[in-house]
Amino acid sequence: MVAKTLYDKLWDTHLVKQRDDGTALIYIDRQLLHEVTSPQAFEGLRLAGRPLWRRGANLATPDHNVPSEVNERAAGVDGIVDEVSRIQVQQLDSNCEEFGVTEFKINDPRQGIVHVVGPESGATLPGMTVVCGDSHTATHGALGALAHGIGTSEVEHVMATQCLIQKKMKNMLVKVEGALGFGVAPKDVILAVIGIIGTAGGNGYAIEFGGSVFRNMSVEGRMTVCNMAIEAGARVGLVAVDDTTLAYVKGRPFAPRAEHWELAVNSWRDLHSDEGASFDRVVEVDAASIVPQVSWGTSPEMVIAVDGKVPSPEDFEDRAKQLATSQALAYMGLTAGQAITDIKLDCIFIGSCTNSRIEDLRAAAAVVKGKKVAATVSRALVVPGSGLVKAQAEQEGLDKIFVEAGLEWREPSCSMCLAMNSDVLGEGEHCASTSNRNFEGRQGFGGRTHLVSPEMAAAAAVAGHFVDVREMLNK
Amino acid sequence: MEKFTTVTGLCAPMDRANVDTDMIIPKQFLKSIKRTGFGPNLFDELRYLDEGVPGADCSAREINSKFPLNFPRYQDASILLARENFGCGSSREHAPWALEDYGFRVIIAPSYADIFFNNSFKNGLLPIVLAADIVERLFNEMYAQEAYQLTVELESQIIRTPTGEEIAFDVDTFRKHCLLNGLDDIGITLQDTDAIGDFEAKWQQQAPWLFGAIK
Repeated sequence: MVAKTLYDKLWDTHLVKQRDDGTALIYIDRQLLHEVTSPQAFEGLRLAGRPLWRRGANLATPDHNVPSEVNERAAGVDGIVDEVSRIQVQQLDSNCEEFGVTEFKINDPRQGIVHVVGPESGATLPGMTVVCGDSHTATHGALGALAHGIGTSEVEHVMATQCLIQKKMKNMLVKVEGALGFGVAPKDVILAVIGIIGTAGGNGYAIEFGGSVFRNMSVEGRMTVCNMAIEAGARVGLVAVDDTTLAYVKGRPFAPRAEHWELAVNSWRDLHSDEGASFDRVVEVDAASIVPQVSWGTSPEMVIAVDGKVPSPEDFEDRAKQLATSQALAYMGLTAGQAITDIKLDCIFIGSCTNSRIEDLRAAAAVVKGKKVAATVSRALVVPGSGLVKAQAEQEGLDKIFVEAGLEWREPSCSMCLAMNSDVLGEGEHCASTSNRNFEGRQGFGGRTHLVSPEMAAAAAVAGHFVDVREMLNK
Repeated sequence: MEKFTTVTGLCAPMDRANVDTDMIIPKQFLKSIKRTGFGPNLFDELRYLDEGVPGADCSAREINSKFPLNFPRYQDASILLARENFGCGSSREHAPWALEDYGFRVIIAPSYADIFFNNSFKNGLLPIVLAADIVERLFNEMYAQEAYQLTVELESQIIRTPTGEEIAFDVDTFRKHCLLNGLDDIGITLQDTDAIGDFEAKWQQQAPWLFGAIK
């Protein structure tokens, strides 16, 4: 028998048809929908008079445009102040109603960021193919699911045919062996990996994250890692199924039960790369070399250790990198050679599909507990990833810890990760953000984003500038 | 989708690597529920000096005269020359919608992000991959000569430069077929309705837990 990678196995089990022109039809088990990338797809179906192929394969929730501010949120859809945002959320409601799609509406306790909601509800499961009109769909690969981010035309295609037209990707293994040091988070691992392979390094690949670091990582940590596979260029990130995965999935509202659970587990046990499976590219990283990371530029590959210095264009030999570095320094208002710990922060954002789960909030709360946000920080937001995460955090008293420290406790939303609601970073402001992209203007026109772990964002909130969270935790 | 056969047009530069989809079309414009009208906000943060607001009249805004797409010599361009990893980041199809709505039909770059590359074909926008040294040469020729035009022939997979030079390019057979004929993928896939139905029935037997109700 030929040794297969996890990606090969998921591909093979979902292959409907290999076509003569080199493309293949891949069956899709679950489509997640949100308000931004679905309206044109529903409209396409309507215009062509096509029904959904399998209504029950779809699950929707609004997340990008929904307000995180408690008062604005309280009035539901009608309370959304921005008219264009309100129309988009209303459109999702009416489309779901018309086509019979289950939707966790704006103030349903199960509403949240689509990539938090999927795994937490059991709507996304190991061994599934999952799509969503959102590049961070790779998140669900943490469960051993083949999850692709797709465009709106493909959303419509999956709605109408339950299939995706694909060419098989290449296999890459990112192997991190050893033990992570104290204070080093899953976010630091993925940022360090992106720093190594670059923002285009994963183009054309499905990346499997393997090695003892991921075996010993929680499923939520694996989600943080897979979530950012796209920031290394890969549409797909994957982690093999193990007992940790099974323990996470068991008992979730839409997870299989009773005899179906036994059947499912039996099949999920095979969701790992076989011994001797061949990868087109292998990248090995020593866990001990990874320390807390901070992005200094305008691409996720522009990251450095917290004890490092902002690089200079001359540090690179490649002309394009030199140019990109000087453009990034100008945009970010930083000087080459400046210590990362000298970067002062105006804003702190803890949230997003990368880092808004309960473990992220616990980690951040542990850092700020009994401390105060620095007076120079004008805004510090904590935005839980879903209504259920929020409820859990409140049950644990995390909300009180944040509020006592001077952070705002908000309602679930994508919020300032991309600022489609009213949480917008000001021009020229520096933000320590647990999100996934530091592109120009991402968090607001002229805003300056620094990507970090929840622990590092919390430490920066207290200090008012970047600080090595390991030192703060030691004190 | 509009058919794509041959495009002869003026070239314009986007001379930086890793152009992301947030740069191509900033998020505030993603609130639209339509597929059209994104052209005036293409590269919004680079093209204008003020902050772009959905629904604002772009002809009344102050333009950034340093941004090449605003140079008189590049007006009405339909071919965009770009650098490595064009279209990285978000899966928003609004990015090819904006490029197409602005008037671009072809992009030429050494590499693209996967999702953007895929989305472009669905919208009659042809992303061509050429070796970095050839792209570099085209940039130089374009900078050296005003009104620099290329002709892109999809059927023969040839780009013709003003000197008559022919540059061959690769394109996936299925995507070429769809572009040449202006075909919609969904119609093609639905020809395999039986195969999909058969697969689904078998899959439901094998993995029944995937077919439970979500409520």
